[in-house]
Amino acid sequence: MLLIRCPYCEEERPELEFRNAGEAHIARSPNIAGESDDDFEKFFFIRSNPKGIIYERWRHMHGCARFFNAVRDTVSDRFLMTYKAGEPKPTKLPGAAK
Amino acid sequence: MIAAFRIPGAGRLKQAETTRFSFDGRSYAGVEGDTLASALLANGVHLVGRSFKYHRPRGFLSAGAEEPNALVEIKRDAARKTPNVRATVQELYDGLTAQSQNRWPSLAFDVSAVGDIASPLLSAGFYYKTFMWPKSAWKNLYEPKIRAAAGLGVAPDQPDPDHYAARFAHCDVLVLGGGAAGIAAALAAAETGVRVILADEQADFGGSLHFESGAKVDGQDGFAWAQGAVATLKAMDNVRVLSRTTAFGYYAQNFVGLVERVSDHLPNPDRELPRERLWQVRARRVVLATGAIERHMVFADNDRPGIMLASAARTYLNHYGVAVGRNVGVYTANDSAYAAAIDLKKAGVGVAAIVDLRDNPTGPVIDEARALGIEVNFGRAVIRAGGKLRVSSMTVQPKNGGGERTIPVDAILMSAGWTPSVHLFSQSRGKVVFNDETKRFVPGIYAQDCVSVGACNGTDGLSATIDEAYAAGAKAAKDAGANTVKGTKPKVDASESWSRGMLGAAPGAGPDTTVKAFVDFQNDVTAKDIRQAVHEGMRSIEHVKRFTTNGMATDQGKTSNMHGLAIAAETLGKPIPQVGLTTFRAPYTPVTFGSIVGHARGKLFDPTRKTAIHPWAEAQGAVFEDVGQWKRAWYFPKPGEDMHAAVDRECVTVRKTAGLFDASTLGKIEVVGPDAAKFMELLYTNPWEKLEPGRCRYGIMLREDGFIYDDGVVGRLAPDRFHVTTTTGGAPRVMNHMEDYLQTEFPHLNVWLTSITEQWAVIAVQGPKSREIIAPLVEGIDMSDEALPHMSVREGRICGVPARLFRMSFTGERGFEVNVPADYGEAVWEALWAEGQKHGACAYGTEAMHVLRAEKGYIIVGQDTDGTVTPGDAGLDWAVGKKKTDFVGIRGMARPDLVAKGRKQLVGLKTKDPKVVLEEGAQIVGDPKQAIPMTMIGHVTSSYWSENCGRSIALALVAGGRDRMGETLYVPMPNGTIEVEVTGMVFFDEKGERLNG
Ligand SMILES: [Zn+2]
Repeated sequence: MLLIRCPYCEEERPELEFRNAGEAHIARSPNIAGESDDDFEKFFFIRSNPKGIIYERWRHMHGCARFFNAVRDTVSDRFLMTYKAGEPKPTKLPGAAK
Repeated sequence: MIAAFRIPGAGRLKQAETTRFSFDGRSYAGVEGDTLASALLANGVHLVGRSFKYHRPRGFLSAGAEEPNALVEIKRDAARKTPNVRATVQELYDGLTAQSQNRWPSLAFDVSAVGDIASPLLSAGFYYKTFMWPKSAWKNLYEPKIRAAAGLGVAPDQPDPDHYAARFAHCDVLVLGGGAAGIAAALAAAETGVRVILADEQADFGGSLHFESGAKVDGQDGFAWAQGAVATLKAMDNVRVLSRTTAFGYYAQNFVGLVERVSDHLPNPDRELPRERLWQVRARRVVLATGAIERHMVFADNDRPGIMLASAARTYLNHYGVAVGRNVGVYTANDSAYAAAIDLKKAGVGVAAIVDLRDNPTGPVIDEARALGIEVNFGRAVIRAGGKLRVSSMTVQPKNGGGERTIPVDAILMSAGWTPSVHLFSQSRGKVVFNDETKRFVPGIYAQDCVSVGACNGTDGLSATIDEAYAAGAKAAKDAGANTVKGTKPKVDASESWSRGMLGAAPGAGPDTTVKAFVDFQNDVTAKDIRQAVHEGMRSIEHVKRFTTNGMATDQGKTSNMHGLAIAAETLGKPIPQVGLTTFRAPYTPVTFGSIVGHARGKLFDPTRKTAIHPWAEAQGAVFEDVGQWKRAWYFPKPGEDMHAAVDRECVTVRKTAGLFDASTLGKIEVVGPDAAKFMELLYTNPWEKLEPGRCRYGIMLREDGFIYDDGVVGRLAPDRFHVTTTTGGAPRVMNHMEDYLQTEFPHLNVWLTSITEQWAVIAVQGPKSREIIAPLVEGIDMSDEALPHMSVREGRICGVPARLFRMSFTGERGFEVNVPADYGEAVWEALWAEGQKHGACAYGTEAMHVLRAEKGYIIVGQDTDGTVTPGDAGLDWAVGKKKTDFVGIRGMARPDLVAKGRKQLVGLKTKDPKVVLEEGAQIVGDPKQAIPMTMIGHVTSSYWSENCGRSIALALVAGGRDRMGETLYVPMPNGTIEVEVTGMVFFDEKGERLNG
């Protein structure tokens, strides 16, 4: 069971309290109705499945109920950092150099 | 009276025989502190089981958790039968009843042992080759036969009457393994004051100090020192000491699963006690002190009862005071077996000879063995064991060939060396590295905050072990935040040291031989099987493992993995690291389902949700159905009525007078805030901005892909307040879906979402008399059709209780849904029921609700839709706001395939024979005479007998359905094909006049 730091509650809580919500930083277009089929395909269907660093959404379901973003290494399952929804994709990751 | 093989004065147990037990119906005596294994051995019993595949007689290989052979059934009573218990870890208690397994008719004479004679047929990969064809034979012939012939124990056939506890714990330093290393690490960490948990699988701490007679620490015998040190630890407030506790799984971020066996060792456990307790521990630092496991020698017939690991024989002697024979032989490639020979000789047991594969080993143990007069042979191999139900001899030959000599023995103690127990380290995703000099895999790259110490780290010798462990324990505490406090490191006064040993098959069991030299005892895998797997093309150790099943039994290859790997590497002509070690997985030793399940069984498996009106329905004799976690009243049978009669009566009564229905389980969400209408516009297909307060609208929610996700009636209570209803099953996911968009896509909207499902009880009153039933109880709401038309909502009071009164209908009749605070739900229901009785109304359940809505063609999301149905497919285009520029699903709905012709559309079906009721899920075809497999053009989604229509009715998804009105289609069923006509979806009151009737 993973330990996940909720950026709103500002503490590490057990995975049982959270629910994964898929890849992060996939923006829904404000003009979604006007999107081409290709753009909609990219937005809705295409997801990265990296061996390594993934940016993903989690929800502190049985806590503050907030959605937030996390950076996780899919090989080690280690969380490099978590941050609030709406904050930019981090460019520097703590402890990523290994 | 003392058992024949118990040596007076030897061992640590009080030798008074106070404990009676039985094995295979025979009664024996044991002493307090025995295991089942030590007690049987004290009575001279070695034969305890039959092997898995060949049904060969088997005895005890080990004295611990690695035991592959001695699996027995322990029976307390009819329900408390545990199969596959390792006799070497089962503590003896008075009255213990054990039985051997996998033998028929008896242990000494097993007819299936012909499997041994016919063994060429059962060679490596036999599962894959022999049982390939024909397919049907698997089900009828092979599987039952294999299960019957080659099995472990029999699973109990009654529910487990015991209970199991579970605890979560946190600590700074978790020490796994309570031998010298674990104790030293725990002492160092505990002295700093941090929270320490020390766990060991055995009843007593000490690990290898159980048998190492040469160890002295702080001036005491090693085992005695261990007991004193553990007593010191137990007395400390910051330390928790868990014995009989196995760490079985090492998970992410230092999360470790342990099972504590609380009462399996007690003669009459207090039933208040759990049988086992699952500990889920999160530790800042973990110290792995899991020791090492001795390997056997791989030679012909090395599985005969009486042949065992040297350390096991030593444990039985030095701890339990039991001699494993009267005249033992020793076969070794390593010093540690000498210590066993020396201890036994000193205890008065005859040692026929030591056979050492090494050419010219030197050292104090060898000198001591010689000094005791033990015959020592170097450069020789035991090429064969004699005897069947018990070993009777060992045949010795120079390892490079030459004259054979057969020595009579009644036990053979063997040691090929020690394998570090890296199981938990490997589970932690650490990478092991191969030390070519010592031929061991040891921890290399760590993936978690843990450290390995002692034998599991490849550290030899007690002094080095305690130095390493003590330093590691102190460092772990410091890393976990301790301020360093200087303690006193235990001082090692005397210790034993072991050399390396060998891997793979011994001479006499080499590539040119066909003997049965067992590598994996539990799965009956021989050296020859491993070679055969390589010859048949297996290259990776993972393939060899699966092909031969080496290491795949419940012991997970604790004694066999390294031998198997070495033989595969030798056959492949590759170095061992290139062939690789198989992955270790949890659990380290078998774990009961009970301990994992804990309290989550029976009624506690899943929460049961009941509405406020549930007690009333129960008192009325309602039959309930499960809808998600909810218990819902399904129908209310009167005396003598079956379900069919009750549902027909309920359906007719609702349309004739009225019916009351408990709709409390409907999901309810309040959407509140200045931007509530904007939010609703984005989450539902419908337009909301112009919906006036006090009015309702049927809303459809899509996913971004354009498919229907949920539906429900939404009332606008105020410009900034919507009362949204969802399907019963959809409530949590709709709430999640709304929160997701509100928090992450539309955070600029000023809206709050609140689940109010549990807060409001909902009573639907439907039927021509519904207004008359409700009106007398209502205050402050004008109930005339003008003031409260269909699809409107008002707040007021009913029975003096605050109420939200919806005028809406899921039956097609004039209808209302009364929402009152859940605490008043039952009282208001009772009052409405009393009013209803005056008019002849009934209570109706979910089945009648389904029929009534189907008569009107109202869909149920999740029944008539399946996640691939668009509003257009469902005939709900009218509910999609045509002028809207955005809502969730707007783009998905426009995808080429979702607007293509020929999509499956919801239609009605009428069977040509009105009495025939279709089966829900039945497939529909256009031409019943076409060849099989037929082209299926749709399926039935809802189907009922409608008493109101006097015929069966059905809804179906049919390709191009709305263009097929009046067409005849066919539903092929096992008993013949049913003709149906495609119709509209409304079967009753097509004009909808009854909404105001
Ligand atoms: Zn939180």
